[in-house]
Amino acid sequence: MSTITQTEQALPVGTWNVDPVHSQVGFAVEYMVGTFRGTFSAVDAKLVVSEDGAATLTGSAPVSGITVQDENLTTHLQSPEFFDIERTPQVSFASSEIRRSGSEIAIVGELTIRDASLPVRLEGTIGEPADDPYGGVRFSLKLSTTIDRTQFGLNWNNPLPNGEPALANDVTLTAELYLVKA
Amino acid sequence: MKVLGISGSLRRDSYNRSLLLAASRLLSDDVEFELYDGLKAVPPYDEDDDVDPAPAAVAHLRDAIAGADAVFFVTPEYNASIPGLLKNAVDWASRPLATSVLRNKPVAVVGASTGAFGAVWAQAELRKVLATAGARVVEGEVAVGHAHERLVDGRLLDENLLEQLQEVVDALVAEIRSRRSVAA
Repeated sequence: MSTITQTEQALPVGTWNVDPVHSQVGFAVEYMVGTFRGTFSAVDAKLVVSEDGAATLTGSAPVSGITVQDENLTTHLQSPEFFDIERTPQVSFASSEIRRSGSEIAIVGELTIRDASLPVRLEGTIGEPADDPYGGVRFSLKLSTTIDRTQFGLNWNNPLPNGEPALANDVTLTAELYLVKA
Repeated sequence: MKVLGISGSLRRDSYNRSLLLAASRLLSDDVEFELYDGLKAVPPYDEDDDVDPAPAAVAHLRDAIAGADAVFFVTPEYNASIPGLLKNAVDWASRPLATSVLRNKPVAVVGASTGAFGAVWAQAELRKVLATAGARVVEGEVAVGHAHERLVDGRLLDENLLEQLQEVVDALVAEIRSRRSVAA
């Protein structure tokens, strides 16, 4: 006797706005001997899923909301050596294709940091919609991707005494989004 | 539009000051040039003195930078690096980091030395320091080596170097214009 498992391919229909308080977008990059992390807030994001299944995820975060554990370093990240807040005050993402297979999800789209808009593929998981205590409905998206920061013009580095660069080029971006039905 | 010139050399007949003045003559007529002459009066940086109001010489330096659309630096090279007084002035100007007068300020760096290399290491270090302070460092390097042969009577005699200097001057002015168009 065989069991047929139906795999959910559709996204929940409707307009879903991010809950900025409980959502988090962060970055992690190898620096010297460990992993250095920071966050972006407040994240703005919206998923729109129409009846026919077409779906678009868009999101942005202000460069002024990039936070690390030292304010001088935060300031450095906002400078022309990194995100260049004066010229490009936000980072943004817009999807072009979303595919779901059960709890797995892959989102292809364009990430814009500084003046570069480049294709990226976000992968992760999607939760089932659930009623929250406030009369709303929400579900989660957990996504991640790895980008080469130098392709976006974030080229800063500092050599270690052995001549190797202190900061890696590959940066892992993660997003844990709570999406609330509008 | 106004460009402030800062020379890292204090010597009366400094080759670097000559280079700075040569650069200033390459600015178009609609750009005002001001030569900053207060470097020697800036006290050693001491966080205990970094208070409001700032020491007079520091306030003068910060006001001069704030009042200019860009800063053109020239530096000699002392022991393969930036003269202490110039680094000290940049340290003062860079405080407080988040709101300092150097933040997003377009800056250019060139240099001269009597040796063969034209202060290239000092220039690289000054660019690094300025970028860390949050300034908008324009591309381009002019290294005037054998300065005593090339900077005579306040004029830069080498045609190639003059061309390079013009490119850096133009890049700095272009950076000011581009920054204004962002703000507009």
